[in-house]
Parts: sequence; structure tokens; C-alpha cells
Amino acid sequence: MLRVDVEKQLGEFSLSASFSSEGRVTGLFGASGAGKSSLINMIAGLLRPDRGTIVIDGDVVDDTKAGVHVPTYRRRIGYVFQDARLFPHLNVAQNLDYGRRMNRLAADPAQHTRVVELLDIGALLDRRPGKLSGGERQRVALGRALLSKPRLLLLDEPLGALDEARKLEILPYLVRLRDEANVPMVYVSHDVAELRQLATQIVMLRQGRVTSFGGVKVLT
Amino acid sequence: MLDISPAEWTAILLSLRVAVIATLVATPFGIALAWLLARRDFWGKSVLDAVVHLPLVLPPVVTGYLLLLTFGRRGLVGGFLADHLGIVFAFRWTGAALACGVMSFPLLVRPMRLSIEAIDRRLEQAAETLGAAPFKVFFTVTLPLALPGVLAGMVLGFAKAIGEFGATITFVSNIPGETQTISSAIYSLIQTPDGDAAAGRLVIVSIVLALGALIAAEWFARRATQRLHGN
Repeated sequence: MLRVDVEKQLGEFSLSASFSSEGRVTGLFGASGAGKSSLINMIAGLLRPDRGTIVIDGDVVDDTKAGVHVPTYRRRIGYVFQDARLFPHLNVAQNLDYGRRMNRLAADPAQHTRVVELLDIGALLDRRPGKLSGGERQRVALGRALLSKPRLLLLDEPLGALDEARKLEILPYLVRLRDEANVPMVYVSHDVAELRQLATQIVMLRQGRVTSFGGVKVLT
Repeated sequence: MLDISPAEWTAILLSLRVAVIATLVATPFGIALAWLLARRDFWGKSVLDAVVHLPLVLPPVVTGYLLLLTFGRRGLVGGFLADHLGIVFAFRWTGAALACGVMSFPLLVRPMRLSIEAIDRRLEQAAETLGAAPFKVFFTVTLPLALPGVLAGMVLGFAKAIGEFGATITFVSNIPGETQTISSAIYSLIQTPDGDAAAGRLVIVSIVLALGALIAAEWFARRATQRLHGN
């Protein structure tokens, strides 16, 4: 499903990570500064590895030896950022529709309804992002990423900017997403409890290196 | 109210036509340049930036003279355009529009550049992850978010163009009905005996136009802030 074997030098920090995962939710776990965000940005194509390969769904998106670097917009990934990054000039419905328009996908009202119901955002469709709470924004961002029909969904600490109560509000949606949306995910977090609930496989990072890889049991 | 004579109307309408055309033609170039200066690093960027701002600090008569040398009948570019495309600038209203466009360009570009610089680039990244190619990102995210700044730049450029005097009169002279704008009409009137009343009327018209433009630019700037905060 996802195969990563990359090296990247970022100033003083060197990242060298290799893993492959078939899991539905691959958790990238580590302290801040361990290289989680750099790694997920390389999978997204926002950062280019110095050396190595990245394969998504059998499709080589990075191969430095062969000079392959598929740009982000052609990787067919979805990305949920810590700060939702909704487009402020578009309302919620237009934000949700953005990926479909950009990828020239046919309208899929059934999927639209399913995602809107799954995330409980039907009442927000006419609103501007500025009028949403942090939790609502993150739910809309999830919906927006899903509706672009990605083959891999990347989530970079999607709960990181929320307080405890809001986290507990969003977590059930993420669990439902994992069980119902049928899109493999890479989930970055430094929160053990979060990953225990969500992840099916764990990649543990420390100072730019993979220290262990396996089931959720490695989180001890 | 103001009792504006047909000759004065001619100058006012010509000024408006010159300024509107100058602004509309300059805008796409302005947006492209603003984006380049805001988003790209390239060799000679500070030189380009300085050249764009040159008309702001150069004596207008110098700019006008340079335009005459370049775009006049015997100028390098002017000769070519006249011979091959039939476009003549010298002593025509089109030349006035060119002079106004060049003179107002720095004012037109500045708000556009600032508004592009103010856009959160992470939004453009988000658009890319959703499948938008770079030019689509520009037209669906960058440009809409910069729109109030683009409009503000157009308004300021228009206001500057409508008041331009030195470069215009040097380049295309002061021919009533062809190149005599409000400013050059005022200049002629105050040199004529009994021209004071007519000059005064045109002065009032210019003040109203300039104030209107400044208020409009301010309003667009406020809209820009609101837009970026998602309200």
C-alpha cells in the first residue's frame, strides 16, 4: 500500500526512514522534532527527498535514482493539516466541492451525502470558515479531503490544535472514518492514547530514525 | 452647480478615456509583476523592482522624453509598431494612455503585491493537495484572495493616470480633443487671461475624482482584511 525509503537533510537534522505498511491506519509516532511532519510532507510531495523512493498504491511517486518526483497535485492524496486551512473566500459547501472540481471528477451526490452525514456537517454548508469553531473546521477539512477521492489520506496531528473537549468531540468521527470510508490513512501524532484508538500499525520515529515498527503494541 | 463648457467636457471625457484604457491595459501586467515580485526569487529582482518604481522618482518630463524617444514615430519601438501594426502613439490619445499607464504603474502594482504577499501560502499548499495544478491554484485561491488588493491597485492607478501631466504633455503635447486632458487643459487655461473660472471648474472636478478614488481604494483595502479573516 505505502512504501517509504527516504533520506533528507534539513539543516542540522537528518532524516532517514524506511518502512512499508499495509495497514488501514499507519500511525507515525514520535516526539516533536522526530521528523514526523517532514516524513508526511515527503509522502505528500510537498518536500522532496534527497535520496530514496516512495510508492503509493503500487505507483512510484518518488524515485530519486530514476529522477521521478510526481508533483503533489497529481498524487491523488488527501491531506488534513493541523490548522484546517479551509479557503476563507469560499463557504463550507464550496470548500467541500473544491477537490472534486480540481480533479474534474463527476458529481457524486451519494458520496457527498455519506461524507456530510458521517461528519455531521450538513448544518454548516452555507457558512464561511471564519464562522466555524475549531472542531467544526477540522471536520470540514476532513470532508474536503475525503471528497477529492484520495487513494491515501494523510493527517498531520489533526487534533493538535484542539483542547481536550474538542478532541473527544472529533475522535469518534475519525474512528468512523477509519471503519467506513475505506481510504487508507497515515496519521501523525505524539499522543499515545489517540494512536491506540485509531492506528492499526505504528511507525515509531526518534531523531529522524525509525526505532520500531509493528502493531499498536509497540506503543509501550 | 458647475457650468461646464463643451470644451471642458471634452477634456474631462478624454481624461477618463485615457485613464480607463491605461488602467485596464496595465492591470494584467501589474498582476503578473506583483506575483513575480511577491513570490519569486530571481537574479535581477531588485533591479526590476527599481525600474518599475523609476517613474515615481524620475522627473516626469524625463519619462515623457524617454517615451518620445522610444515610442515616437522615429523611435525604435514606435517606428516598428507604426510600420507593421499601424499603432501610432505620438501626438495621439493612445500615447497619452501609454504615458499615464507607465506613470501610474508603480502605484498600481504596489497594493497588488502587498495583497499577494499577505496571502497564507499554506492555503495554496492545501489547494495543491486537493489536486489543483499551479495555475489553477493561482486562479482559484491566490487571485480571489488578492482581489481587493488588485482592485485597490486599479483605483489608485486610475487616480494617478487621470491626473498625470508632465510625461503626457512631453510625449504627446497638448492638443484639444486629442491629447488635452484635464491637467493640460488647466495648464493652458491658467496661462490665458480670463481662464481662471474655467480652470477653477476643472480643479474641482479633479479634486472630486481624486477623493473618490482614494475613498474607493480604502474601502477595497478594508474588504481585503475582512476576506482574509473569512467573514
